[in-house]
Amino acid sequence: MKPTAFDYARPETLEEAVQALGSHPDAKVLAGGQSLVPLMSMRLAAPALIVDINHLPGLDHVTADASGVRIGALARHADVLASADVRRVQPLVSLALANVAHPTIRNRGTTVGSIVHADAAAEMPMVLQLLGGSVDVVGSGGRRTIAADELYVAPLESSLAHDEVAVEAFFPALPAGSGVAFEEISRRHGDYAMCGVAAVVAVEDGRVTSARAGYLSVSDVPTVVDLTDALAGSVDDAALARAAEAALAQLEPESDIHATAAYRAHLAKVLTARVLTAAHDHAREE
Amino acid sequence: MAENTAEKIHDVRLEVNGVTHAVAVPARRLLSDALRQECGLTGTHVGCEHGVCGACTVLVDGRPVRSCLMFAVTAAGSEITTVEGLAEPDGSLNPAQQAFRECHGLQCGFCTPGFLTTVTAGIKENPCPTHEEAREMVAGNLCRCTGYQNIVKAVERAAEIARGDAPAAGPPDGDDGGLEAATGDTEVARKDDASTTGLGA
Ligand SMILES: Cc1cc2nc3c(=O)[nH]c(=O)nc-3n(C[C@H](O)[C@H](O)[C@H](O)COP(=O)(O)OP(=O)(O)OC[C@H]3O[C@@H](n4cnc5c(N)ncnc54)[C@H](O)[C@@H]3O)c2cc1C
Ligand code: FES
Ligand code: FES
Repeated sequence: MKPTAFDYARPETLEEAVQALGSHPDAKVLAGGQSLVPLMSMRLAAPALIVDINHLPGLDHVTADASGVRIGALARHADVLASADVRRVQPLVSLALANVAHPTIRNRGTTVGSIVHADAAAEMPMVLQLLGGSVDVVGSGGRRTIAADELYVAPLESSLAHDEVAVEAFFPALPAGSGVAFEEISRRHGDYAMCGVAAVVAVEDGRVTSARAGYLSVSDVPTVVDLTDALAGSVDDAALARAAEAALAQLEPESDIHATAAYRAHLAKVLTARVLTAAHDHAREE
Repeated sequence: MAENTAEKIHDVRLEVNGVTHAVAVPARRLLSDALRQECGLTGTHVGCEHGVCGACTVLVDGRPVRSCLMFAVTAAGSEITTVEGLAEPDGSLNPAQQAFRECHGLQCGFCTPGFLTTVTAGIKENPCPTHEEAREMVAGNLCRCTGYQNIVKAVERAAEIARGDAPAAGPPDGDDGGLEAATGDTEVARKDDASTTGLGA
């Protein structure tokens, strides 16, 4: 199907973009279009005004320093994935991005767009939340930083105001002594996952001081659980089984056409043990 | 479409295969449709129209992109290459096209334009793909005919040809129904075109 008719604005400055968004209650930002255009073609979305931000200057940066990784709103997934600096400073960003769709979709889709689209089946919202990152937005009220914790308010809903443009995402660097891992299961390579889990484990003097896991596609919003207690002793099969149970107690797996709730629960358990093991190994190498 | 009687028409200059096409389109015109309808370049095929099948893949500033997920108005100012623009300046097949022909990497040819654009860019970015990388390169493109084995062979062969370290290939035996389809310009392709336009409309 084809999208319904809409008005089109192609601002050349951020101020113009914010103004255009404010000019209509039913305006939407168009970034990579890899989520929005299919929704419009299927007529699940029919915005009255499209504000195309693809031609704004100075938003396609990908930078990494000791504090973390900064990704501009027009950096495509492929640009972020190609950055060796990103991989070094926060490897979980790269590990997760390799699972976002196919290379062709990644050439156009933006990482910031994915983060504010707030799909619980998407990799980057969950990773932002697990790492305690944030998004900078600019609106008629000026610029503000939204912590990941406050970004995801409901399924497919972020806390951006109607006239706000997300300009940059920030992922904190991986501290020394910490390790990360990511795994997901999907029906076909490149599809949205039926379940995906990422972990961050911190080790000090051979003991786990912190272990957290993030879940995508399990509940209807990206979910993070703290599993430090389960791994506080040693990291062995019994501890991993305890951690997986503890995680599941805080999740509410849902059924859909891709997988039943029971199958999702099973995947969540198995993947939890796998990523905790891998993140723990990674932490000890660091 | 009756919902909007005064739909604004945008004058857009599309740079396609080195030629400027001045087209007048509503903002909602997908790049895939503008290429086929306004530019008359029907080599770009439309299958799913939501980003999954890859048939509509074109190069935008050298990178493979789904033309069904881009509005023509957004594409103004970018260099677009469709399957019609892949052949060498002298008209001979480019390495990806040659390889698909040699390896029998197509049957009906519907998916082929998307594969050829993807592989043309893919072997530029990675001139020596491993078998796994060759598979990954085309993992986002669907083919309902071939079963992919010959397509993956064609990716590896295309890289060989492009590197210039390929042993001269024997001529493909018998009649080569693949040749014209690989250039995106045949009876076969046109028949498919008619049916997809019908589906999409
Ligand atoms: C076949 C296919 C498979 C895919 N598979 C996956 C997958 O496995 N995992 C995954 O995570 N994603 C997947 N995607 C989606 C892809 O990652 C998108 O690129 C991403 O979700 C959205 O980014 P975008 O730049 O394309 O945003 P758009 O589609 O342009 O926008 C999406 C939404 O975010 C808003 N928005 C975008 N940017 C901004 C901004 N800067 N400020 C304010 N609002 C903004 C838009 O208004 C819109 O509501 C897939 C897409 C396709 C077509
Ligand atoms: S028609 Fe564009 S991906 Fe299928
Ligand atoms: S050759 Fe027929 S769909 Fe690929």
